[in-house]
Amino acid sequence: MSSNPQKGTVKIELGRRYHFAASHRLHSPALSEEENCRIYGKCNNPFGHGHNYVVEVLVSGEIDPATGMIANLADLDGFVEREVLDPFDHKSLNEDVAAFDAAVPTTENLCIEIFRRLKTFPNAKLERVRVQETSNNSFEYAGDHGNG
Amino acid sequence: MVLLTRKIEFSASHLYHNPDFSAEENRRVFGKCNNPHGHGHNYTLEVTVAGEPDPITGMVLDLRDLKEILEREVMQRMDHRFLNYEVPELAGQIPTCENLARVIWQLLDPKIKQAKLHRVRLYETPDLFADCYRNGTEGADPG
Repeated sequence: MSSNPQKGTVKIELGRRYHFAASHRLHSPALSEEENCRIYGKCNNPFGHGHNYVVEVLVSGEIDPATGMIANLADLDGFVEREVLDPFDHKSLNEDVAAFDAAVPTTENLCIEIFRRLKTFPNAKLERVRVQETSNNSFEYAGDHGNG
Repeated sequence: MVLLTRKIEFSASHLYHNPDFSAEENRRVFGKCNNPHGHGHNYTLEVTVAGEPDPITGMVLDLRDLKEILEREVMQRMDHRFLNYEVPELAGQIPTCENLARVIWQLLDPKIKQAKLHRVRLYETPDLFADCYRNGTEGADPG
């Protein structure tokens, strides 16, 4: 297949959305009961609550002229399935994900954790992760400079 | 600078097949997308332009002009077409979301004169899309 005549003038990113459902409770052991209640409100309910999360993953790279792809979707899907969906779907983020033993599972921290898990994807460069907690709240992380 | 986004939808069919691959390799790499009869999608295209609002009209660009450009360059070329056989700009390329987004960028960029093309986002399905930016510009604006 022919290569792109204008290679290099346009930057292309591939975006893929994934879905999982999980529960969490926002509670910091560094805060008093009253402070936890005041800061996290309903999200501090000791029994937890859940969301249908949407994870948007954006990767970049050169389009392979033989396949027309930045990365084969089957490879990306398999990687995200293994690194994020299997360990998170229908789980309690507080109880079942080791990263939240020490960190409060806010969607800010969830976004950073998902980025950390996906940045080793070998077939393209991870640009950023956007996590939608509800249709009204979303969070985006593109890595720290030099650390992403 | 203000960003303005216009959305259009079109429907088209395609298939993925590389004549340099064996039949077995085509099936392995492209999976269901290698079905020789093709298959289709409802594509959603979001075109974002950047510019300063004109002090007299208050507009970054006249939306009528943008609508006409999208109609001529995208709808008439691609809507209800078989992308592999009917869109010459894709000749010799696999019509993936990435390649189609890039072709759309290349068609639109020289036609948009009042403002600057900032981003082309093409959804092949609600869960799969490709973004194009001018190389060297910041891509990380809120999606």
